[in-house]
Parts: sequence; structure tokens; C-alpha cells
Amino acid sequence: MLLDYEVLKFLWWGLVGTLLIGFAITDGMDMGVGTLLPFLGKSDGERRVIINSVAPHWDGNQVWLITAGGAIFAAWPAVYAAAFSGFYLAMLLVLIGLFFRPVGFDYRSKLTDSTWRTAWDWGLFAGGFIPALVFGVAFGNLLQGVPFYLDPFLKPHYEATFIWALLGLLNPFALLAGLISVAMLAMHGGVWLQLRTENVIAVRARRVTGMLAVFVTAAFALAGVWLYFGIDGYRILSQPPFDAVANPLAKEAVRAPLAWFDNYATYPVALIAPAAGLLGPLVTWMLCAARRPGFAFVTSALSMTGIIATAGISMFPFIMPSSTQPSSSLTVWDAPSSHLTLTVMFWSVVIFLPIVLLYTVWAYTRMWGKLTVEDIEARTHEAY
Amino acid sequence: MIDATFVELSRWQFAAVAMYHFIFVPLTLGLIWILVIMESVYVMTGKQIYKDMTKFWGKLFAINFALGVTTGLTMEFQFGTNWSYYSHYVGDVFGAPLAIEGLMAFFLESTFIGLMILGWDKLTKVQHLAVTFLTALGSNLSALWILVANGWMQNPVGSEFSAETMRMEMTDFWAVVFNPVAQVKFIHTVAAGYTCASVFVIGISSWYLLKGRDVAFAKRSFAVAAGFGLAASLSVIVLGDESGYELGDVQKVKLAAIEAEWETQPAPAGFTLFGIPDDAEMKTHMDIKIPWVMGLIATRSLDTPVIGLKDLIAHNETRVRSGMIAYENLSKLRNNERTDEIVAAFEVHKADLGYGLLLKRYVENPADATEAQIAQAARDSIPYVPYLFWSFRIMVVIGFFFLALFGAAFWVLARGRLEQNRWLLRVLFYSIPLPWIAMELGWIVAEYGRQPWAIGEVLPTFLATSALTTADLIFSISGYLIFYSILLAIEMFLMVKFARLGPSALHTGRYHHERNGNGRSGSAPAAQPAE
Repeated sequence: MLLDYEVLKFLWWGLVGTLLIGFAITDGMDMGVGTLLPFLGKSDGERRVIINSVAPHWDGNQVWLITAGGAIFAAWPAVYAAAFSGFYLAMLLVLIGLFFRPVGFDYRSKLTDSTWRTAWDWGLFAGGFIPALVFGVAFGNLLQGVPFYLDPFLKPHYEATFIWALLGLLNPFALLAGLISVAMLAMHGGVWLQLRTENVIAVRARRVTGMLAVFVTAAFALAGVWLYFGIDGYRILSQPPFDAVANPLAKEAVRAPLAWFDNYATYPVALIAPAAGLLGPLVTWMLCAARRPGFAFVTSALSMTGIIATAGISMFPFIMPSSTQPSSSLTVWDAPSSHLTLTVMFWSVVIFLPIVLLYTVWAYTRMWGKLTVEDIEARTHEAY
Repeated sequence: MIDATFVELSRWQFAAVAMYHFIFVPLTLGLIWILVIMESVYVMTGKQIYKDMTKFWGKLFAINFALGVTTGLTMEFQFGTNWSYYSHYVGDVFGAPLAIEGLMAFFLESTFIGLMILGWDKLTKVQHLAVTFLTALGSNLSALWILVANGWMQNPVGSEFSAETMRMEMTDFWAVVFNPVAQVKFIHTVAAGYTCASVFVIGISSWYLLKGRDVAFAKRSFAVAAGFGLAASLSVIVLGDESGYELGDVQKVKLAAIEAEWETQPAPAGFTLFGIPDDAEMKTHMDIKIPWVMGLIATRSLDTPVIGLKDLIAHNETRVRSGMIAYENLSKLRNNERTDEIVAAFEVHKADLGYGLLLKRYVENPADATEAQIAQAARDSIPYVPYLFWSFRIMVVIGFFFLALFGAAFWVLARGRLEQNRWLLRVLFYSIPLPWIAMELGWIVAEYGRQPWAIGEVLPTFLATSALTTADLIFSISGYLIFYSILLAIEMFLMVKFARLGPSALHTGRYHHERNGNGRSGSAPAAQPAE
């Protein structure tokens, strides 16, 4: 095989990260728009403008999430197994939130009744807000370690189940991470609305984007300080060679203070990620104030990239540390699929992702243009 | 030990969300091609009515598609949430087609569906047709990849168990892709979807014809659906699932169970047309057999016997015993007792490990199983026969009924006597629910017929669950039940509303409800739309 197993293991860490960042930039944008919808649209016409700014694209964007899920299944089956069952009720919440989106977009404007439409508007809000919050909470918990362990036959078990497991996830640090997630996606959605709408909606979007951007920077900084002083990381003491078969029980790992800062000490260049997460939102705010939403979209995308990469780099090589039994933790080296599967999946991504990007760009350019209330009303039976 | 209630609930939840998802998928798979046909005619002839047809049936398509996406989300994460041991055990093989489905099919379908629905003013005629075509391609490719994954569950080729990683690992990607079971399933399933969509379009069009509304619009829609449906229903039957049943022991068990074939008959076996299978007694009462047919269908030969269930159970008992040895040696290997003898013994019996795992329902360590438990595990290796026997027969009857129905529709249409054959129009209209019944039963035949396995002969279903509790499951099943019921009610409401409205829903001013003298109750003579 063309690429060594350990190289592929490392590349897959980058590829899963890429899919998650791709999800934040594309689907995060329309989730952010959904979160802002009830607040920025004061009339039915305005809300339709906001909805139609993402209507042709949200479905394609959501595939980033679905593909990230599928890729984690294929490349890190142990993580797919342990994470989604361990976060069971949280995942149920995410799914229920997401249920509102396909139907919300397509059904909302099919009837003129105002109760019907308002109900779907809040449905679209829930479909943006809830998943964004839970994904952030999930990252907050990964950073603290998750209370699970693997039995000798590698089945994941959890310390708490049912509602207790969910309540355990909702701790203060995780909730802060959840708010960062909601705010950064909403900021990104706000920038998008400045790009695609005019007048009053764009003005409101600019104001709220500024506030959200400042919040993201402040909350992200706070989370960093909290992580430094209040939360232990995890460290590997010994493990089989990087190219060994994937066996999560073969290593020895411990919980250790400041371990999440090890990688920045070893590779100071990695500090570029938290720097982007801290400064990016502020630059975004300034660019919005300077009426440059196009550039602001790029910087808000970079901010989110920085924030997500910060979480990933801090934990590397851990993906899902176990607080119950640190040696059961899942890492980049011991959670992946076999060499052949990683190879097959690597080439699938390398071939198909660029094609996806090409036609996605084509789709966005075809549907480009500022949307107005008059425009929607003129096409009232065609638009969402 | 295994908590039977918890396993049952996990299975019920998966069956419910998968079958619910499958209400929407087949219509998507077929209706999108009907849209491609209609729009192609529009692009080639420039006739407005074909554009209106594409847009109107496209509206119904979108209402259905929305719930397909909604329920598909659950499916993508369901393996991890509820079947975590399954996910660990086979993710190395099963995850790959799922991920490729996302990359190759979902992106295509989902990126272009938005343009298809909302891009009429922004795209040229040819661009829009291309967009519709790519949506069709994407949705049908997604069926291919999910059935590659599913085919592997039925007939797990191209992979091998590894004791070191305690999971199945892929050894040959192309064997997984070109798994014959998967390929046959794909053709059968999409053809069923095409039939379903044809019944949907022809049934609703018949209703307009019965009402004498929008006749030109309805007749053209009828014609497209009749042609497409005739070809599709023929394909469902000719290229049916049958040829897959000679592959692998699980498929053999499934075939024998479908036929309630308790004893091995001398070749060529007869086909049981009717009978009342008795699972406890292991025989079929009041059976009516057609000589030879079964042997011909199942083995494509006159001298290969079709193995009966009793013989399969006896055969599987030897495999359970072999699996016990495999398990014993695997346990040693997991305990880092690694000698050449243990490795060699494991390799010899490894193929039967799954049968050994069947004992885990009764005993913690399969190596300690009693004779009674071994016999019980072998008996467990076949599914409950009556479900399969009946599901299959009802499905097949509906399939042949559709072939006859589309044949009749096509014949009457070709002779230009549609309006005179009101009985046919009525039958077509009332047949609308039938394809869903046939397809859900087909799903039961395929997936219930795979039991007791999650992965055929590899991983028993009861071992594949997550480490959750009954409370978790009751909570999530209630959640799905509530949300899915509400969503289905809303979807049906909109679907019926827009189907009744007909092409008037497009607000072009050319159709029934918008023309002078036609109120909502519409008793006026048929309106001829402009072309």
C-alpha cells in the first residue's frame, strides 16, 4: 500500500478535522442563520428572506455532518461506537433538533397560516441552536475526559446511564463550550446574512454579529484560562509502535495537570490555532463594521477553524480520553480502522471531496444575489 | 448476561426507525426519474405542460423528500447510538460504504435538490435538467452504497476476523462492493422504488381523470407512469431477490424459511403455493405444492437439492460446537496466552466463532455450554418461519398484481380508451398504498430473515447492542414515536392537500381550480390547459 499505516492514522486525524471544520463553515452557517431567524426577522416577509438566503444550500451543507459521521464510523469505529452511545440522550436531542430542519424549510411557506409559519420558524431555530449547543458540550466533555471504559472484548461501558449520563455532560465547562459553539455559528450565520440581504435585515445582522464576535473571543479566552488552571489533561506513558494494529487496551495513559498544553510547548507553531480563535472573531467584527462582509466571511470561517483545531491539537493524540480508566482512552494511534480500510477511505476522500467542492461552488454561484422582501413576494409560490 | 427486554427494545427501535425511513425512500428513488423523463420531454419539445408536470410532481417529491432526509439522519447515527458493539465489531468493513455513500451520493443529491426546487429562474433549461438528473443519480447511488453495506450484513465477504483487534477487518474492498447479494438487492430495491413511484403518479392521475379535471395534464402523467411502471414492475419480478438465495448459509436458511421447507426434498423441489407453517411442530399444514418450481427458482438446476430447515439446524449444531472451540481459544488469546497451538486451533475454528457466540444468550462462557444449550443455539440459528412465509407471499402477490395492472393500464392507454375504463382508473387509485405494503414486507423478509444474526454467521443480534439501559430505550422510542407520528401526520396532510389541488398548486392560472366556473368543488367539464 502506498502510504504507511502510521501516516494514514495521522492523515485521518486531519481528515476528520477537515470534515468537522467543513461542517462548521457550511452547515454551521445555516444553523447560525436558523438560530438568528426569529430575532432578526420581524415580519413574515423578512423571515422568508432569511430562510431563502440558505434554502437552496442547507441540505447539501448538512451532508458535511452526515459524511463526518460516516467517516468516523469507517475510520475510527471505536470512537463512533463509544461516543454516540455514551452521549445517547444528547444525540437524541441533536437528532430531534435536526428533524425540524428538512420539514421546516420545505413545509413552512406551503401554508399561509401565521401560527403554522411561526411554529416552523421556532422549529428552524431549534434545528440550529440545539445541535450547535450539544456539539459544543460534547467537545467540552471530551476535553475533561468521558466516564467510559472498554471491557476485554472492547465493548464500551459507561459509569452513568440514562438521564444521569446526560446530566453529567451538562457541567459548567461543557456548557461554556456549548455557548462558544452556538455563538460562533451564529456569528458566521450573521456574516452570511450581511452578504445576502440588504437594508434592515443586514443592519440587524451586522449589529448582532459584532456582539457575538466579542462574546466568542471572550468566552474562548475564558475557556483557555479555565483549561489551564482547572482541568486536567491526559498523557500517554507507554504505547505500542505507531504502526501497530489498533488495540486501545495496549497502552498506558494517565490523567495529568496541564497535559493539554504539552503539544504547544513541543510545537509552538501550533499556537496559530488558538490565536486564530481569539483574534479571528475580533477581525470579523471590524470587517463587518467596515462593511466588508465578504472578507468577514473568510475570517469568521478562520475563527471557527482555529477554535475547532485548538480542541483537536490540545488533545492530540487523544480523541476520546477516558476519565474512568485512562488506559481505555481512544487515540489517533489505537482507535482507527485497519490499514486497508484507512487506505480505501483516504482515496475516496481525496477523489470525491474536490469534486464535491467544485459543484458546491457552482451551486452557490448560480443562486447568488441579494434577496429582498419584494423579490420573495414576487415569487411567493416558488420560494420557501 | 443478556437482558432480553433491552435487546428486544433495541431491535424494535431499529426496525421502527428503519421501516419508517423506508416509507419515503422508495418514492424518492423512483419519482426523481419520472421527473427526469418529464423534464427531458420539456427540454426537447419546449411544451409548457411538461414543465408544469415536472414542477407539480416535483412539489410532491419535495414534500416526501423532506421526511426522507429527516429520518435518514437517525439512520446515520443509529448504529453508533444503539448498536455500539456492532459498530466496533464491523465498522472496519461496514463503515466504509456508509462513508462513501455520503461522499459520492448524499453530497450530489443534496446539493442539487435545492437547485432543482428553487433554481427554475436561475438556471437555463439544460442546466436545470442536468440538476434534476444529478439529483436522480445521487439518490440512486446512495441506494447502491447502503445496499452494499446491507448486502455485507447478509453475506459478509471480503473480510476476516482479527483476534488482536477483536473485530472484522476488510481484506478485499472490491469483493465487498461486488458482493453478488448486494448487487441483486440493489436492482431489486430500486426497481421496487420505481414501481412505487409509478403507482403513486398513475394513481393520482387516475383520480384527476375520474374527476374529469386537468385531463391533458393527467393523461400525460398517466402515460409516463404507465410506461415506467410496466418496465419497473417487470424488473422487480424478473430480477427479483431470488438469485441471491443460493449464496451463503444465511441466505440458504432464509430461502428455506420463506418456503417453510422443513425437510430437504429430492431435487427439483416443489414450491409451496399455500400452507400454514407451524414453527413449534416444524411442519406445514394444508400445504399445496407446485412440483419442480422451487428447485428451478432457487438453484437454477434440476438436480441440486434445496436444503430443508431441519438439516440446516443439524448442520449448524456442528458449527456451534466448532464455535465453542473457537471461543475458548479466542479467550486465551485475549488473555495474552499466545502459543502456536492456540493460534492454530483458533484459525481452524474461526469461521464458526459466530455460532459459538450464539450460546452467549444462555451462558456467559460458551465453552461451558450444556448439550441442551447447544441444541437450543442451533435451533436459534433459523428465524421464526411463519413471519417470513407470509411476508414473502403477500409481497409476491402484490408484485404480480402490479405487473398485470401496469399491463392493463398500458393497453388501455395505447388504445386511447382511458376515460371509458373507469373501473381501471378506480383500481389504480385505490392501489396507491399497495407498493408500501409490499416493500415493507420485503424489508421484513430481508432483515427479519437474517435473524438471529446482525452480520450473517458472524455476530448475533443480541450481542450487537450498546451498553444502555431499558430506561434509555423506552425514552428514545417514545421520543421517536411522538416526533415521527407528528411529522407523518403533517406530511400526509400536505401531500393530500397538494395532490387534491393538482397542478393548480402551481398558480399558473391554467388549471382547474383557477379557471372560470371552477370552484373548489369543481363539477365543471374537463379543462384543457394551454400547451
